[in-house]
Amino acid sequence: MTAFSSTLCMKQSEKKIFVLFRIIGGLGGQALYVLTDLGRMGFFLFFGLLGLLKSPFRFRELIKQLCFIGAGSVTVIFFTALSSGMVLGLQGYYSLHKFGAEGMLGSAVSLTLIMELGPVLTALMVAGRAGSAMCAEIGIMRISEQIDALECMAIDPFRYLISPKFLAALISVPLLTAIFDVVGIAGGYLAGVKLMGVNGGAFFSGMQQSVTNHDVILGVIKSYVFALLIVWICTGRGYFVQKIRGAGFGAESVSKVTTQAVVISSISVLIFDYLLTAVLL
Amino acid sequence: MNNSSPQEYAIRFVDVCKSFGDQTHQHIVLDRVSFSVPKGRTTVIAGGSGQGKSVILKLILGLLQPDSGQVLVGEKNVPALGYKALQELRLLFGVLFQGSALFDSLTVFENIALPLRERTKLSDKEIHERVASTLEQLELTGHDTKFPAQLSGGMKKRVGLARALQLEPEIVLFDEPTTGLDPVMSKEIYELFLVTQRRIGYTAVIVSHDIPQIFTLADQIILLNKGELDVFTDASQIPHSNKPFIREFAQMVMGQQVA
Repeated sequence: MTAFSSTLCMKQSEKKIFVLFRIIGGLGGQALYVLTDLGRMGFFLFFGLLGLLKSPFRFRELIKQLCFIGAGSVTVIFFTALSSGMVLGLQGYYSLHKFGAEGMLGSAVSLTLIMELGPVLTALMVAGRAGSAMCAEIGIMRISEQIDALECMAIDPFRYLISPKFLAALISVPLLTAIFDVVGIAGGYLAGVKLMGVNGGAFFSGMQQSVTNHDVILGVIKSYVFALLIVWICTGRGYFVQKIRGAGFGAESVSKVTTQAVVISSISVLIFDYLLTAVLL
Repeated sequence: MNNSSPQEYAIRFVDVCKSFGDQTHQHIVLDRVSFSVPKGRTTVIAGGSGQGKSVILKLILGLLQPDSGQVLVGEKNVPALGYKALQELRLLFGVLFQGSALFDSLTVFENIALPLRERTKLSDKEIHERVASTLEQLELTGHDTKFPAQLSGGMKKRVGLARALQLEPEIVLFDEPTTGLDPVMSKEIYELFLVTQRRIGYTAVIVSHDIPQIFTLADQIILLNKGELDVFTDASQIPHSNKPFIREFAQMVMGQQVA
């Protein structure tokens, strides 16, 4: 009986050790996967940016991407900016009215839009609209061997496919952010001045006095960083669609990876927003 | 075949091993595989699904790295080449992919013109003339403004072949050139293959399931089954292979009684 229970006990302890090893092994495997993935994505960013320096430059593709990422996003940016600005105007008025400081509305609306909401919401809209499309396009090209075909023709896929997207986003996202800021401030003016009766002169003079070059530059730096993040993550996920753990195969893998790319790029935008604000403010 | 000097070979595999998966779930696809592809001739690689036929093509192109062994194209060992040398080497190749791999956002004309635009300094006029002549040879005139999604399977293959041959490559790799095509269309692709090979004189490596029809084109046949590989100069030799899995494969797909 004693011998039996000690054997049973050993078996149970062996089982526990086995489970422990499996857990440690699984964690190690996951850590290795994350490191490999980060390394892969690091090389991807390097070669994507390096492609900008290689000739022949695809000017027509750049124009096409500018139209898609930039011009194509103007409508969504316009309405997002208008509604955000109007909400800011109303909320700002409600809060400032409690302290009798409605005159500061212009300053509050413009600073919030230029430093935070403009770059962040523009980036989130671009990630949702253009980032998802870029990821799906590159992912489909990967699974249908179109990227292999480029490599077989000795055409650098980074220069041909990825670099024009980087450049187009680096040009369009700051411009879209500027549009967002202007439309948002106009929305804030509409809600605060025209609807709630704040003095128009006070709105603009508050804005003029509080917004400095540093604030504008902070917004511009953010928009460049966000543009880089969106294209890097979205095209990178698409490019490595077959190497992403748990993505599956075929069309399903592209749909999963596209969702993942939008989620990761949106979260990255929010994290980097905090980091940049903390460092540059 | 193996008495010839290395200069007579376009491609050589020397003791190549390739496996996929991790250590716990390792799937060995090629196990110390050695063979040679003679210059200017047609080599057909046949075998069951998942036996590593397409892997061989990807190893030749440097799209995959072998676990060990040498993949020689001419005198160059592909796995040891750097990025630039690999890019230069790839200019020797034309590839017809299984799904044609046409760029679906480009028209037929743009697809065929792509290698000329990207890899040559030809003027727009010269590119137009060359592509128009190719379209005519492949009976694709009038389809130049169509997108790949508007083409039939056979037409896609023809466009893929036209694109692969634009730079007049020394070696053309065909990955399942007739998959998904009806017998008439398959025959058309084979005829096109013969015509273009006569014209350009390229070395052809054809990976195919289309047994035994594909053997009619072959100067050399390589059969792969369950890790075994055997090389034949004629399809009639296949049932007499001294490798049991090759004989089993021959019996299965060719319906021949093994000696």
